[in-house]
Amino acid sequence: MTSQPPLLEIRDLKKYYPIKSSILKRTSGNVKAVENISLDVYEGETLGVVGESGCGKSTFGRTVLGLEELTEGTISFKGENIGGLSEKQLKKFKKEMQMIFQDPFASLDPRQRIGDAIEEAFIIHTNLSKREREERVRKLLTEVGLKEEYYERYPHEFSGGQRQRIGIARAIALNPTFIVCDEAVSALDVSVQAQIIKLLKKLQESHQLTYLFIAHDLGVVRHVCDRVLVMYLGAAAELAPANQLYNNPLHPYTKALLSAIPRPIPGKKKERIKLEGDLPNPSNYPSGCPFHTRCPLATAKCKNIIPEWREVEKGHFVACHEV
Amino acid sequence: MASEIVTEQQVKMKPKKKESQVVQVFRKLIKNKLAVFGLMIITLQLLMAIFAPFIVAYEPDEQILEATELPIASEGHWLGTDNYGRDMWTRLVYGARISLVVGIISVVIGLAGGITLGLLAGYYKRLDGIIMRFVDLLFAFPGILLAMLIIAMLGTSIVNVVIAISIWSIPGCARIVRGSVLSVKKQEYILAMKSLGAKDSRIIIKHILPNCAAPIIVFATMRMATTILSTSALSFLGLGAQPPSPEWGAMISAGQDYMWTSPHMTIVPGIAIMLVVFAFNVVGDGLRDALDPNMEYPE
Repeated sequence: MTSQPPLLEIRDLKKYYPIKSSILKRTSGNVKAVENISLDVYEGETLGVVGESGCGKSTFGRTVLGLEELTEGTISFKGENIGGLSEKQLKKFKKEMQMIFQDPFASLDPRQRIGDAIEEAFIIHTNLSKREREERVRKLLTEVGLKEEYYERYPHEFSGGQRQRIGIARAIALNPTFIVCDEAVSALDVSVQAQIIKLLKKLQESHQLTYLFIAHDLGVVRHVCDRVLVMYLGAAAELAPANQLYNNPLHPYTKALLSAIPRPIPGKKKERIKLEGDLPNPSNYPSGCPFHTRCPLATAKCKNIIPEWREVEKGHFVACHEV
Repeated sequence: MASEIVTEQQVKMKPKKKESQVVQVFRKLIKNKLAVFGLMIITLQLLMAIFAPFIVAYEPDEQILEATELPIASEGHWLGTDNYGRDMWTRLVYGARISLVVGIISVVIGLAGGITLGLLAGYYKRLDGIIMRFVDLLFAFPGILLAMLIIAMLGTSIVNVVIAISIWSIPGCARIVRGSVLSVKKQEYILAMKSLGAKDSRIIIKHILPNCAAPIIVFATMRMATTILSTSALSFLGLGAQPPSPEWGAMISAGQDYMWTSPHMTIVPGIAIMLVVFAFNVVGDGLRDALDPNMEYPE
C-alpha cells in the first residue's frame, strides 16, 4: 500500500473559525475545528475518521474537499496542490472528489425531481445532450439499486435508504476517484445501513473508489475501513490500520473510546474506561496536548508541550507523550 | 443481490399517483372556504377587467345629462349614475381594470427589486450589511408618506403611483426573501450542489429561489391587496389617477360632495375596494396555510 504515491497528501491542515467581537468586527479568538492534521490517503483504501460529536470530523472532510476554506496547511491531490484554490480552479478537481451526506432528507432539493438532481452533475461538468444525460442518469439509478422510472419522482416519495442511494448516485455520477462519506450511514436504521455499506463496497470495487469514511459508530468503522484515524478536539490522536487500532490501541483516548463499544459476549465483563470532565470548548483550546484535561495519564509535560505526531510502528501513528 | 433490493423497495414504495405540487397546493387551498370566496371575487374582477367593453352598455366617461344622480336600481343603470350622468356600473368595471393593472405591475416591479436585493443580501454575507441598511432606510418612512414623497418629486399621474408603490413594496419583499434565503442556504442540498461545483448563479436561481417561493407567493398576494388600497388612497387624495378616470379612489373622492344626496357614488366604489382587498387578503392567508407542509387539512 505504501509503495505507491498517495492519492491525497494532507500536511498540517488547520481550520479555524474566527470569533468576531460584535461591534468592531475584530477577531477576538478562534474556534479550532481542525488542528494540525497530517496524513496520506492511498488509492483504493477506505480511511475511517472517528471521534465524538463536535470533534471536527465533518469539518475535516469538508475542508479536504475545498468546501470550507482551509486556514493553514497544504492538501495535494494526485500531486497537485488544491488547498486555497478559487472556486474556478477547484472545478476540475470537484469532478474527482465528491461527497455523500449524512442526512438523506436534507441533501436532496425537495423541489427537484431526483433525475434532475443527479443530472446537475452532467450539466455542470459535461457537454452531453439532454438525451445522453438522461440515459446516464437512468443507468446510474439502476447501478445504485433503484428503478429507472424513479427519475420523475420527487425526494419526498422515497425512504431514507432510497434517498441515500440517490445521494450516492449523484456522488458517483462523474466517476470520481475520491469520496468523502460524511456519516453516510448514521441516519439510517441498521438493516438499511448494511445495504448501503454493501453498495458502497460494491461501487468501490467497480469504480476503484477511495473513501474517507467519517462515522461515529466504531463497529461500522471496523467493518468497513482499512485504516482508522481517531480525532479528538480537532486534532489527530491516533492513526493505524483498523485491526491494529482495535486490537492494540495506544492513545489513552482511543482506549477509552474503544472500551465504550458494547460487547455481545455475556459473562466476560471488560473494564470500561470512564473519562472525567467534559469536552473542552474548542474556542478555548487547551495548551499542550488537547487531551490532557481528561487524560488519566496526564503529566506536567502534557500540559505544556504539544505531543509530536510520530510513527511508533509501521503505519501506526500516535500523538502522545506517554506511549 | 441488486434484484432483491429492488423488490424490497417496491414493497416500501406506496403506489402513489404523481401529482404536481401546484395541484396539491390548489387542492389544499380550496378546502378553505374563505379563500374560495376570495378566489371567486378575484376571478370576477379579472373577468370584469378583461371583458370590460363587452359587459357594459356605455363608455366610462359618457355623460347622459338628463339622467344625473340616478339612484341604485334605476332602469338601464342598475348601480345608478353619478353627478355627470355617467353609468356607475360602467365606471366600476373600468375601474376594476385600472386597479388590477396597477396592482399587478407594481407588485411585479416591487417583487423583482425585492427578490434581487433579498437574494443578494441573503446569499452574500458581505453585501448583507449594505443592502439591509438601505432597506431599513426605506422602511423608516411610513409607506404612504414615502409614496407621497415620490409622487411629489415625479408629479401626479397613475404611472408615478405605480413607481411609488413599487418602491414601497421593495423593502418588505427584500426582508422576507433574505430571511428565507438564510434558512435555505444552510440546507445540505445547497452544500451538495457546491460540492458538485455548481456556480453561485446556478445555485441561487435553480435551488434557492424555488425553495423560497412559498413566502414570496404569499407576500405577492397580500401585497396586491395593499397596493390596490394604496392606489385608491393616493387617487382619493388627488395624487394618483385624475378625474375623469374611473379609478375607484378617484370615484370616491368625486362622490364625497354628494354624500347626502347620492351616497351610492361613494358606497359603490368603496364596497368594490373593500371586497377586492378582502379577497386578496383571505387568498393570501389561505395560500400561506396551503403552502405550509406542516399544515394538514383533514381529508
